[in-house]
Amino acid sequence: MSANPAGASLARNKIQTSKGDKLAQFLIYFFVILFALVCLVPFILVIIVSFTEEKSITINGYSFFPAQWSLDAYQRLFSKSSNIPRAYQVTGFATIVGTLIASLITFGAGYTLANKQCRYRNGLSLYFYITMVFSAGMVPWYMISKMVGCYDNIWALIVPSLLFSPFNMFLVRNFVRGIPDALNESARIDGAGEVRIAFTIYLPLCMPVLATIALFYAIGYWNNYFNCVMLINDQKYYNLQMMLLKIQSEITAMQKVAQGVTRGAPPKESFKMATSVITMGPIILLYPFLQKYFVKGMVIGAVKG
Amino acid sequence: MRKQPAAVPRQRVNPLKELWRNKFLYILVLPAMIYTFVFSYMSLPYMAIAFEKFNYKTGIFSPFVGLKNFEYFFKSSWAWTITRNTLVINVLFLAVGTVCAVALAIALNEVHAKRLLKTSQSFMLFPYFISWVIVSYMLQGILGTDNGLINNIIISMGGEKINFYADANYWYPILLILNIWKTTGYNAIVYLAAITGIDEGLYEAAYIDGATRWKRIRYITLPLLMPTICILTLMSVGRIFYGDFGMMYAIIRDNSSLMPIAEVIDTYVYRTFKNTGDPSLSMAVGLYQSIVGFILVFTSNWIVRRHFPDGALF
Repeated sequence: MSANPAGASLARNKIQTSKGDKLAQFLIYFFVILFALVCLVPFILVIIVSFTEEKSITINGYSFFPAQWSLDAYQRLFSKSSNIPRAYQVTGFATIVGTLIASLITFGAGYTLANKQCRYRNGLSLYFYITMVFSAGMVPWYMISKMVGCYDNIWALIVPSLLFSPFNMFLVRNFVRGIPDALNESARIDGAGEVRIAFTIYLPLCMPVLATIALFYAIGYWNNYFNCVMLINDQKYYNLQMMLLKIQSEITAMQKVAQGVTRGAPPKESFKMATSVITMGPIILLYPFLQKYFVKGMVIGAVKG
Repeated sequence: MRKQPAAVPRQRVNPLKELWRNKFLYILVLPAMIYTFVFSYMSLPYMAIAFEKFNYKTGIFSPFVGLKNFEYFFKSSWAWTITRNTLVINVLFLAVGTVCAVALAIALNEVHAKRLLKTSQSFMLFPYFISWVIVSYMLQGILGTDNGLINNIIISMGGEKINFYADANYWYPILLILNIWKTTGYNAIVYLAAITGIDEGLYEAAYIDGATRWKRIRYITLPLLMPTICILTLMSVGRIFYGDFGMMYAIIRDNSSLMPIAEVIDTYVYRTFKNTGDPSLSMAVGLYQSIVGFILVFTSNWIVRRHFPDGALF
C-alpha cells in the first residue's frame, strides 16, 4: 500500500519533494537495500567457496574472489562412495511424506474448529491450546517416541513433534472463519455432502493458508536435526542436516566418505560449503512458487488471530 | 452422505447425538487429537520421574527419592548460569529483535518501488528458510580462526588474529546479530501486515495538512502499531524461559569454552541426558523450566488481558 495516494502526489508535489522528505526517503531506501544485501551476502560467500579450489582456501582463507575455481567438491559430493545422496533421499522422503500428511491433518482439524456446527469447537480449541503453553520437555518426548516405535527408522524423522503444529492449525481455523457461512449453507441446500463441502469447496479456497502451512512444515522437516540426533543410531537414516553436523565434528570420517575421484588432500572447506549449497538449494527454490500465497496466508491467519 | 440441518438450535444436546450428527467433522479432527494426546498429554505422567531414581526396567514406577534431583541441580553452579543465560539471551533477542522488525516493517512500507520491494523482501526471508547448521557454517566462514573472512582482513591489515571460538566474551553480541539476521525479515512481515491494516484516510488527511514523511510515521504509524507490538511482545515473554535448542546446539555444539555464556536450559537438559544417561536429573531440570515457563505465560497473558482484551490468548 502506498502512504500517498497517486492522484494527490502530482498536485502536492511541493511537500513530497521537501528536503527533509527526500533525505528520509533516501535513508529508508539505503537501509532497506543494505539489510537485503547483508542477508544475501553470506549465501554468495558459501556458493563461491563451494566452487573454490581447496588449496586457495588453505592459502588465502575464505574469499569472494578465489584464486582458482574448481568443481572438485561437487564431484566428491556425488561420487559413488559419498553418503550425501542417501541422506538427500532420507530428507526428501521425510519432507514430502511428512508435509503432505501434516497439511492434511492440520486442514482437517482447523476446518472442524472453524465450523459452527461443531458444538464442542471451543473445548477442542482449548484442548489444543494447552499444549502450546505447557510442555513436559525432552525426556518424556524421547520415551514416548521410543514407545510408539519411532526409533531408528524413517518414522522417527517424520512423526515426533513435526507431524502436527497447533499454531498452524489455528492459522487454518482463522482463515476458514473468514470465509462467509453462506457458502456452506448454499452448498448444503444444493445437496452437497459433508465430504464434498470440505474437500471440493473449502479446500481449494484455503490454498493461500495451505501453501503457508505447507511451507512451514516443509521448512521444519528439511531443517530438522533434533529428531535425528535424539532418535537415530543407524547411519542409514541420517538426514542432510545430521550429515552437516557430523562433517563438522568428524572431518576424518567424512574423508572416507568422500574418498576417491582425485588424489591428494580431500577438500574440507569447499566440501562443507558444497554440501551446504545443495542442502539449502531446494528450500530456497521452493519459496518463489509459494511467495504469492505466503504473505497473504500469514496476514489473514496471524493478524486476525 | 446424510443431509444435515442448516441451523442447529441453541440448547443442550445429547453428546452422543452431537457426535453422531457431526461425525464427519469429528473424524476430521480425530488424527490431530490422537497425535496431541500421545505426544503432549501422555507425557504428563512422565514428570513423576523427576522425583524418582529412574530405572529403565520399572519406568514411571521407579523408587521415590523426593526432591533429591532438584537439590543436586540447584546446588550445582549450572543452575544459576543456565537460568541467567537463557533469560539474558532471550531478553536481548526480544528487545532488539522487536525494534529491528518494527523499524524494517515501517521502512518497507515506505518503499514504493514494487520490484525493489519484492526482491529485497525475498532476500530478507532467505535466512529464515535455512537451518541453523548452515548458519553455523557461514559463521565459521566469517569468524573462523584459520581462514575466516574477518581474520583475513585483520591479518592483511597487519593485526593479530582473534580466536572468536575460544573467548566467550564475544558471544552475546554474536548470538544477537545471528538472531536478528535470521528472523527480522520474517518478523517484519507480521508488523507490515498490521501497518497495511491502518486506515488510508489518516495518511491522506495528514498529507493534506502538510505532515512530512517522518511525522506521518511518528504520529500515525507508530501509535497505531503500538497495540500489536505490545501483544506480540507480551506473548513472547511467556517463551522467555525456553532457549532455542536448534540454534544454540548448532552454533555452539560441544565447545566448552563458550558454555559459560551460551549454555541455555534446553541444551543443558540435552547434555545431561546424553552424558549421564540419567533421565531423572534432566527431567527435574525440564520440570523446573516447564513450571517457571508456565507461570510466565500466565502472568503475561493476565497483563495482556487487562490492557488489550482482544489480544489475550485465553
